[in-house]
Amino acid sequence: MNKHVAPHLNRRSFVIGAAALGTGLALGLDIPFGGPAIARAADGSPEVNAWVVIRPDDTVVIRIARSEMGQGTLTGLAQLVAEELECDWSKVVTEFPTPGQNVARKRAWGDFSTGGSRGIRSSQDYVRKGGATARMMLIQAAADEWKVPVGECVAASSVITHTPSGKSTTYGKVAEAAAKLTPPTDVRLKDPKDWKIIGKGLKRLDTPGKVTGATVYGIDVKLPGMLNAAIRDCPVTGGKVKSFDEARISSMKGVKKVVKVGDSAVAVVADTWWHAKTALDALPIVWDEGENAKVSSASIAKWLAEGLDSGPAYVGNESGDVKAALAGAAKKVEAVYNYPYQNHATMEPMNATALYTADKCEVWCGTQNGEAAFAATLEASGLPADKCDVHKQLLGGGFGRRGQTDYVRQAVEIARQMPGTPIKLLWSREEDMTHGRYHPVTQCKLTAGFDADNNLTAFHMRLSGQSILFSLRPAALVDGKDPGAFAGLNAGGDAAFGYSIPNLLVEHSMRNPHIIPGPWRGVNVNHNALYVECFMDELALAVGQDPLEFRRKLMSKHPKNLAVLNAVAEKIGWGKPPPQGVYRGLAQNMSHGSYVAAAAEISVIEGAKIKVHRIVAATDPGYAVNPAQIERQVAGSFVYGLTGLFYGGCTVKDGRIEQTNFDTYNSMRIAEMPKVESIVMPSGGFWGGVGEPTICVAGPAVLNAYFAATGKRIRSVPLRQQNITFA
Amino acid sequence: MANLTINGKNFTLDVEADTPLLWAIRENVGLTGTKYGCGIAQCGACTVHIDGVATRSCGVTVNDAIGKQITTVEGLATNGVLHKVQQAWIENDVPQCGYCQSGMIMAVAALLEDKPKPTDKDIDEAITNICRCGTFQQVREAIHAAAANA
Repeated sequence: MNKHVAPHLNRRSFVIGAAALGTGLALGLDIPFGGPAIARAADGSPEVNAWVVIRPDDTVVIRIARSEMGQGTLTGLAQLVAEELECDWSKVVTEFPTPGQNVARKRAWGDFSTGGSRGIRSSQDYVRKGGATARMMLIQAAADEWKVPVGECVAASSVITHTPSGKSTTYGKVAEAAAKLTPPTDVRLKDPKDWKIIGKGLKRLDTPGKVTGATVYGIDVKLPGMLNAAIRDCPVTGGKVKSFDEARISSMKGVKKVVKVGDSAVAVVADTWWHAKTALDALPIVWDEGENAKVSSASIAKWLAEGLDSGPAYVGNESGDVKAALAGAAKKVEAVYNYPYQNHATMEPMNATALYTADKCEVWCGTQNGEAAFAATLEASGLPADKCDVHKQLLGGGFGRRGQTDYVRQAVEIARQMPGTPIKLLWSREEDMTHGRYHPVTQCKLTAGFDADNNLTAFHMRLSGQSILFSLRPAALVDGKDPGAFAGLNAGGDAAFGYSIPNLLVEHSMRNPHIIPGPWRGVNVNHNALYVECFMDELALAVGQDPLEFRRKLMSKHPKNLAVLNAVAEKIGWGKPPPQGVYRGLAQNMSHGSYVAAAAEISVIEGAKIKVHRIVAATDPGYAVNPAQIERQVAGSFVYGLTGLFYGGCTVKDGRIEQTNFDTYNSMRIAEMPKVESIVMPSGGFWGGVGEPTICVAGPAVLNAYFAATGKRIRSVPLRQQNITFA
Repeated sequence: MANLTINGKNFTLDVEADTPLLWAIRENVGLTGTKYGCGIAQCGACTVHIDGVATRSCGVTVNDAIGKQITTVEGLATNGVLHKVQQAWIENDVPQCGYCQSGMIMAVAALLEDKPKPTDKDIDEAITNICRCGTFQQVREAIHAAAANA
């Protein structure tokens, strides 16, 4: 399916799929012009159902609807299907159905979007059922062939055995017959205690090509006759192209065409990307930058600061009467924090390849949301759904950025101006750094009150800053409020506040600068958890209590939060003296359905150089599908989170983002990487995500340790702006 | 026109002498295992070997590479047998998105030529590639595993 050719959707499988509306499967329906029909994979192998294709050589092809961007979901989802399928794991391969096929088959594969650490948790039920259904049909086919009761047959490791006689066959031999059966309706899933593949730290399925250079990412797509495009969008978001002097570059080597893209960008199309980029750099472009060109980081900060004290705010979580409790408090503590814009900086810059003809438009790209990329293709091409498709490639990083479709739309708009010629659009790193969908900028004022016995009685948290939904999905706002702004601070749900405080008020003053925000791995908890967890340490200090003991007293009604916090405290040796010159800090949070905590050990040289020696991180994701990959996600989360803390922060000057490449937006190297000791402690009974939750505890754990080391409380990110760096 | 020797093969390329080697490899030769990440020799995704030295190919021109032996990630295996670094990468399940790993592997292969049993300090000094997924912990383990396999 995911080959670099036109999608092989033969008419028969299309008709059957369309007829299978409501079943979610594409199986065994008689069609008027033929005998019993089977949906087939591109190579002719029978589809047992939408999720499972079995080849005659017993290869098991598992369809993966979600995107693989490094987080390991491709392997985890395959484990879920394989567990119920009872297939031989060593014979499993995967493929991506295309969004066009999904639409044609009435969304047989469900949702393609891959964000919010939902890849596994939101599809685990139906993909396991897909595996179980296929297993039942394969066993039924063998029983039918042997003319024995199906109850006498069992399947294990792709082999079906008739227990009384000892006869056996393989999945590959009965798949053709199984595909003709009516799918069962009573499908029961295994008890988690019987899992053999789920819960194992299996190796990823997509590694071999990644060590030989064979893996094809979007940037590597090659099509016959393809040309390459480099693009420059107005440096100030909201600005427009006024004019450009095409004649100055039209004779440069390799240049084929200069095109306007939308009203804000210009692209040069050339034989090679290097020629396109070289010509684009030489192209005089006059911009109408508009009013946004007056905006700076300072003007944004001033506007946000006003929101900390005045104007309306949305309430996200409230109990008791905070104002009265603060008025009557014996002791009050107040602090103001801020967290900056951050760029995703995926290693593979944004790119997409598009081929537009009068009656067809196809796109090849890395995307976190195949269906959104498909919708963008439809819109930008003006063609209907049955004339379009998107071929998903592996992603060279996503982190939330590739859930957006701006680069897909651009590629189609360029290709539309050159019908019949495939166009690969690739952003330069500079374009990527300055046209991101940035982690939203926020500030936060926290005010807390204690009674005369040093009990925390009031907690007021007022956020002021940008809403992702307001910009990207305004229809999802709830009475104007962005519920996502309260991630980690909610009264319940999959991103709930982990402390019980009698008088609580969490509110958000929404202020939306022109810089376009987006979900940046971890999303709103990245700042919310930093604010709460650093302030918790400030509160513990104010009443002379140990930060761990102080938190524990507020967490008796949050046993899962407490369990991960206790786990890291125990493993790091909290309460016992650390090595000479080493200081510790803690943080905990709940988001994306999972409970996480971190403890850091650092030392500080000359007050400004931090060596992070060791991190202990605990995760309770409910069920752990692949603990080895969870450990990798957790370790990687500290690279992302600590990079954001130390080196990150995108600033705005004259309306544009100032950081243009890794020289000004640096990223952690191996020398700065602490040893991460990961504790995966699934408590069962729920499905939490693992790609994102841990990032948000990296920063506060280190900042709390920094305070322990220096007595200096840092309330502003990034540290580079305060001349603090890695040792 | 420029003659380059890449993975033991000679290529005559219609390319300007000041083209960055990275783009000649990717676009003119068609070997796409070598990745573009920054174009300013910061990230290391484009690392290749030039006469055995790990080099960021976005920062050197075609002209600089003429007459030299260039090895890309596609040329690291010998006679179909993976290089011990590639093998260690598979055994330690190192890559996440994998995009930076071609360059990472080339940098590590050169390090092990230079220092067959590198210390953590050697690794910290020699391996300066960016990985945004954050595979460094597995990278370090796999380097030691590959070194032990010498």
